[in-house]
Amino acid sequence: MRADHARKVRLMDSDKAFDLVNHLFLLLLVLVVLYPLIYILSSSFSSKDAVVSGEVWLWPVDLSLEGYKAVFRNKMIMTGYANSFFYMFVGTALNIVMTILAAYPLSRKDFYLRNFYMFLVMFTMIFDGGLIPRYILVKDLGLLDTRWALIIPAALGVWQLIIARTYFRSTIPNELLEAAQIDGCNDFKFLGKIVVPLSAPIIAVIGLFYAVGHWNQFFNALIYLKNKDLYPLQLVLNTILVQNEVTTDMLADVTEMSQRQGLADLLKYSLIVVASAPVLAIYPFVQRHFVKGVMIGSLKG
Amino acid sequence: MKSPVQQLARSWQLQALFLLPLIYLLVFKYYPMYGAQIAFKNFVAVKGIEGSDWIGFDYFVRFFRSYDFWKILGNTIGLSFYHLLAGFPFPILLALSLNFVQNAKFKKTVQMITYAPHFISVVVMVGIILQMLDPRAGLINRGLMLFGIDPVHFMAKPGLFQSIFVWSDIWQNVGWGCIIYLAALAAIDPALHEAAIMDGANKMRRMWHIDLPGIMPIAMILLILNVGRLMDIGFEKVLLLQNPLNLRTSEIIDTYVYKVGLASNLVNFSYATAIGLFKSVVNMFLLLAINQTARKFKQESLW
Repeated sequence: MRADHARKVRLMDSDKAFDLVNHLFLLLLVLVVLYPLIYILSSSFSSKDAVVSGEVWLWPVDLSLEGYKAVFRNKMIMTGYANSFFYMFVGTALNIVMTILAAYPLSRKDFYLRNFYMFLVMFTMIFDGGLIPRYILVKDLGLLDTRWALIIPAALGVWQLIIARTYFRSTIPNELLEAAQIDGCNDFKFLGKIVVPLSAPIIAVIGLFYAVGHWNQFFNALIYLKNKDLYPLQLVLNTILVQNEVTTDMLADVTEMSQRQGLADLLKYSLIVVASAPVLAIYPFVQRHFVKGVMIGSLKG
Repeated sequence: MKSPVQQLARSWQLQALFLLPLIYLLVFKYYPMYGAQIAFKNFVAVKGIEGSDWIGFDYFVRFFRSYDFWKILGNTIGLSFYHLLAGFPFPILLALSLNFVQNAKFKKTVQMITYAPHFISVVVMVGIILQMLDPRAGLINRGLMLFGIDPVHFMAKPGLFQSIFVWSDIWQNVGWGCIIYLAALAAIDPALHEAAIMDGANKMRRMWHIDLPGIMPIAMILLILNVGRLMDIGFEKVLLLQNPLNLRTSEIIDTYVYKVGLASNLVNFSYATAIGLFKSVVNMFLLLAINQTARKFKQESLW
């Protein structure tokens, strides 16, 4: 009896130590993840002098909106913003339609040639024609340097297709189909009137994944677009953040060289915030949908 | 048994629904595979894919014999393995750790914060890296200077490129990567833990003997998947992080294909396609071989 008690006490002590270490570890991790983000946010709200002389460590120094003013004054950034919204909305709408059209038949056991089509889909995951043949195709189709170059070649994602198919298979009972067929409902009506309304949650999930994909898409725009008026935001960001080409009209107000450097740096911080804002703003509300998507996607097809 | 025509006719509505996706797959996924034949041809734009002359394996031989071949292959595989090995344990560790947090609010907060960086775009991510590592005003160098260490021009050092790539990626994706392990942990039978507690096992032991074996199968699958994608590393991020000073270690197959095929003054479609095809084929065999091995050892396999 006593030995048992002593063992329990020992157990509780070691578990307490475990909990302490565990929580400290997580706290440390949160700090490591959060600190750079806070630093960027704080820098973006500081003055250019504070940024260039390295006074910002945690909170904004000399609170100012200079950086944001420079961002919103810039025509290229604003055009990019509008373009990105266009690509995101039109692209995602097409993605959702295509994904449902592909996933629903593939979820039906009586779909003739289903296994062959499924193989066609899966094979694209293990073999890829390559960058150049894809580029030649887009060129030959006359899509080069048009908005469609960012939308049509990315009309369907295999991963999202599999998620939707898994969902249809597991949530639309066969009895429902049989009952509808007895009532004279054809496949088009069944898909439109019953499957799609019942699948609103999964449509939201794949729509979110597609939307974030379009918003963050960069490489296709880099190779397919030359016309600057069509540039999505990410390509504009590439010019400013990575290639470090800050044009003079962004720095119109400032003439002195050191001041310019300061504003160029500040502008970058503000730009990082502005560019990530749409996704990160909706993120807390839709996080569980993303998680759900990963869960369904991880089930074997 | 019905004839194929009858079967097609019987399911014509489903076939009609699938028509658009089928056309998409054939045009945008399979036609480029057909177009990859220009790797064996001397592609001339006016003659087109079919009209160009066959030259066999010339471009492959040229690539294998080129001075850059071993360097690029080494960089690709080196970066990949580094990424794979360094990135593998952290999401597992985070999931195991989160799993023992009783306070739901704390757990939710940690998840919310660690998942967030996953949604930062690759361009913005590289922008952040460059700002942080800036030799003049970057946060890291200012921190070093506090300790009296001279500023380092991180992006100009070829030796640091791989570490910058890998560790920023871990920072960005550790939270997202743990989601799948958390799901696996949630599926472990609580009775196992109860029994272990009765036997006097503390949390450390339960983690080691119950949780870890419980998520091993899923960890194996992910490892297999990643080895199969060994040649496919975050190509956009590598391209964006490249500069003339770190090119010695940062040139990988994908960035090389892009340069040879699209971004140089003397573009060569056939040569670039040959290099890309080499990569695709290696990738495919890796995936098949790995899956076969996994099956043999009665581990989890993909199919």
